[in-house]
Amino acid sequence: MARAVTTRRKALNTAIAWTIGLLIFFPILWTILTSFKTEAVAIANPPVFLNFDWTLENYRVVMERSDYMRFLWNSVIIAGGSTVLGVIIAVPAAWSMAFVPSRRTKDILLWMLSTKMLPAVGVLYPIYLLCIQLGLLDSRIALVVILMLINLPIIVWMLYTYFREIPGEILEAARMDGASLKDEILYVLTPMAVPGIASTLLLNFILAWNEAFWTLNLTSVDAAPLTAFIASYSSPEGLFFAKLSAASTMAIAPILILGWFSQKQLVRGLTFGAVK
Amino acid sequence: MATQHSRAAARFMMAPAVFVLLVWMLVPLSLTLIFAFKRFMPLRGDRIESGWDFVTFFPSLDWVGFDNFTRFVSSSAFWPSVVTTLVIVGGVLAISIVFGVLLAMLLDQPMWAQGFVRILVIAPFFVMPTVSALVWKNMFMDPTNGLFAHLWRAFGADPVVWLSDVPTFSIVLIVSWQWLPFATLILLTAIQSLDSEQLEAAEMDGAGPVSRFAFITLPHLSRAITIVILIQTIFLLGVFAEIFVTTGGAFGTRTLTYLIYQRVLESQNVGLGSAGGVYAIILANIVAIFLMRIVGKNLDK
Amino acid sequence: MSLKRVLGASTALTLIAGASLAQDTTITIATVNNGDMIRMQGYTDQFTAETGIGVEWVTLEENVLRQRVTTDITTNGGQFDIMTIGMYETPIWGANGWLVPLDGLSEDYDVDDILPAMRDGLSHDGTLYAAPFYGESSMVMYRTDLMEKAGLEMPHAPTWQFIREAAAAMDDPDAGINGICLRGKPGWGEGGAFITVTGNSFGARWFDEDWTPQFDQPEWAEALNFYVNLMNDYGPDGYENNGFNENLSLFQQGLCGMWIDATVAASFVTNPDDSEVADSVGFALAPNSEGVDRKANWLWAWALAIPAGTQQADAAQTFIEWATSTDYIELVAENEGWANVPPGARSSLYENPDYIAVPFAQTTLDSINAADPTNPTVDPVPYVGIQFAAIPEFAGIATEVSQEFAAAYAGQQTVEEALEKAQAITTEAMEAAGY
Repeated sequence: MARAVTTRRKALNTAIAWTIGLLIFFPILWTILTSFKTEAVAIANPPVFLNFDWTLENYRVVMERSDYMRFLWNSVIIAGGSTVLGVIIAVPAAWSMAFVPSRRTKDILLWMLSTKMLPAVGVLYPIYLLCIQLGLLDSRIALVVILMLINLPIIVWMLYTYFREIPGEILEAARMDGASLKDEILYVLTPMAVPGIASTLLLNFILAWNEAFWTLNLTSVDAAPLTAFIASYSSPEGLFFAKLSAASTMAIAPILILGWFSQKQLVRGLTFGAVK
Repeated sequence: MATQHSRAAARFMMAPAVFVLLVWMLVPLSLTLIFAFKRFMPLRGDRIESGWDFVTFFPSLDWVGFDNFTRFVSSSAFWPSVVTTLVIVGGVLAISIVFGVLLAMLLDQPMWAQGFVRILVIAPFFVMPTVSALVWKNMFMDPTNGLFAHLWRAFGADPVVWLSDVPTFSIVLIVSWQWLPFATLILLTAIQSLDSEQLEAAEMDGAGPVSRFAFITLPHLSRAITIVILIQTIFLLGVFAEIFVTTGGAFGTRTLTYLIYQRVLESQNVGLGSAGGVYAIILANIVAIFLMRIVGKNLDK
Repeated sequence: MSLKRVLGASTALTLIAGASLAQDTTITIATVNNGDMIRMQGYTDQFTAETGIGVEWVTLEENVLRQRVTTDITTNGGQFDIMTIGMYETPIWGANGWLVPLDGLSEDYDVDDILPAMRDGLSHDGTLYAAPFYGESSMVMYRTDLMEKAGLEMPHAPTWQFIREAAAAMDDPDAGINGICLRGKPGWGEGGAFITVTGNSFGARWFDEDWTPQFDQPEWAEALNFYVNLMNDYGPDGYENNGFNENLSLFQQGLCGMWIDATVAASFVTNPDDSEVADSVGFALAPNSEGVDRKANWLWAWALAIPAGTQQADAAQTFIEWATSTDYIELVAENEGWANVPPGARSSLYENPDYIAVPFAQTTLDSINAADPTNPTVDPVPYVGIQFAAIPEFAGIATEVSQEFAAAYAGQQTVEEALEKAQAITTEAMEAAGY
């Protein structure tokens, strides 16, 4: 830092930032805390914050009712599969858009984004029918493909903006040295692109993980992911805050943990060309 | 300069992505278009008989001309739903950009454990929309047992009935909570790339914090703000789970997307809903063109 | 633990889970996440042990379930071997030939034991298409202690006018007690169902015999005004957001003097584990407006049906016979007590001395018997159903109408405006459907 910052100023910044950060995080924290309460404590007035008898009862009930591991596993496969497939298809496209731009590049990009604006519910019946015809109802493959297509525009765009920040001179230099197209991609571009690709993978994994229309409507048993899991807890009879919290915590915990561990990578590439 | 060879290679590499997206766009789009001109009420026994129907324009369904289109717009629900859509999208954009900029500037300041604060701020983005709507609706906004109700009573006030007293605001709040982290992150990256010497020079020249913000920081962020607007608009036009879980479209929170959902699944009138889908695409494109005109220049810089 | 080991462990778990479920036949059942259904899932192992048929459950929240099974049945998707559906869907789907008729049920099953009202409601042209797992009507549940304190006595068959008087007497804002809690939540199965039966009890109807919507008639204005005034005066804040679950939770916390709702709620409000007022709840028939010969009670059943597209109709029928049998009722009674058995489906249950001793059993039976789906209101109607009209368009229309009503409850528009819009919405939708 060029300027000397007083400790007091730093302390003040820290205090404000922590307060706001905790405020934003609070709903999640409260959900996690509530998941360890009994139903009666969960609605107590005044609310109980930490000094209650912690119980795992809600988790026991949820685990007994649903095969959590199966839902989790499906979520991992569907989100992971669609993201990886998407990136495989998008990398070459984004590469060529970034390094061999034409007049239409921008139009193609915007067109790709506009495909995301079609309301999904209007085509539920035909897509459902197509899945029946192809025998793909309740299969992970169908969801992998559909979620890939839904997120592909974002993937292409993210990679394109990232690739564009890679200075062209380096490529020129490599070409001068006689590098082939393959070498160029493999040894020059790829290492530089890894952070952007990692970030793209993460963002789209999150988006796919949280997609709740197709994952709910095209599955029943074998391919049902966590979005279907949570759909069975949303309005049971009687008091349910604690059980809902437990189910919610279980549904978001994996992605939350992944997100936290990888947030550096996520943030690094998450610019969409905002920084120039 | 790109050679002929590399141009051909570029086209070749773009082909898979363009092709699959073209199929993904054309298939649903043409189906939506066809159904919009058809009578298709599944519960009345209208059925697609076989896979062949997809290539023979669904002979089992009757053509009805523009009936569905006129009916969809003449419904008393149509214009309010367009307004609601714009209010929700606009509200969330305003909140996430204003607070996103402030938050990004705050996080850019020197502080202890900045990484930890960033973890806290980013977290809502990871939460499934369904879960976040359920948690907000029940544990915070419930007028009897919700945390806000407890808080209001603690101060001797009557609890607010969030979902019917201020329904649109409640939904904007829930959705903003999910999207604020995204905006903050992009804006933070942009702010961090700001040359601090430029700011210092301005300070030396006697520029106050407000004019420093207005003449240096904000212009520097314009590109990032454009991108936030563009990406969030795409996602926000399709907001669904938050409305489905909280108000079910009641109390004036019915967006165009939700209206289409009601027509297709609740009323089981796919033809009518598809006509709505066509309008939704038109609206989305108007919004997109509008965005491009106003802010799109920033993208070309 | 390394990621690899986590993955390895979970794969192993999945494999084990898969192996243990590898029966000769496995059926998939879509069901709603209500307490009785979840209890049934707990007994699935017994069914599998008895019959060798495996069961996969798809448990969903009511709205999601309805959306999911409707998509599947109308496209012949074949995702489910049994669907949990209600009295609204059954006759419509049955008429379309989408359900397997349940006319080959075994002798032991004793199909004649199903309560006549339930059987009629789940049939089309005299053929049964779904077997009731549990059935319900609606009735008044009230706090005996508060009534006593107010110096009033609840008749077996109260009028709305008396209900209002009692609500006024029990209402105690300082103690946080609302005189009455009723559904207002938008949705045809929530507030829509409640206001429809309230309408019936004031002599209002959805359609006349020519399918002309009737919201411009004085009976609707009277019913809706009565409801709104009653709730504004003595109901909880934000009642326009309260459905069955919200009210149940309020009543269990002792915050309501009265609650008129599904008869199945009786076992929840009298269960000391969940309810703070378990020992002071009384029951009465749903009210009618003075001089109107119809009560505000509905008829509903959650029933199990076999979609025509299934490959495993026999196994599905075996399950249905098991789950809706008297043996199942006895199994639950043995393990969890008579108050927790699925009610309202079978006559024999109400002839059982152990069950009729349960405080709400008789009122439940009387309420169910008082409901007649073919004659829901005073004037004749062209539809079947009490809190709904069994036509495909109804769910969509009634959801929108109930949203307009809820906006009136919330004070965002007047009752008159709401009724005008309801009339317009219904007329428009009926035209679109070609009536």
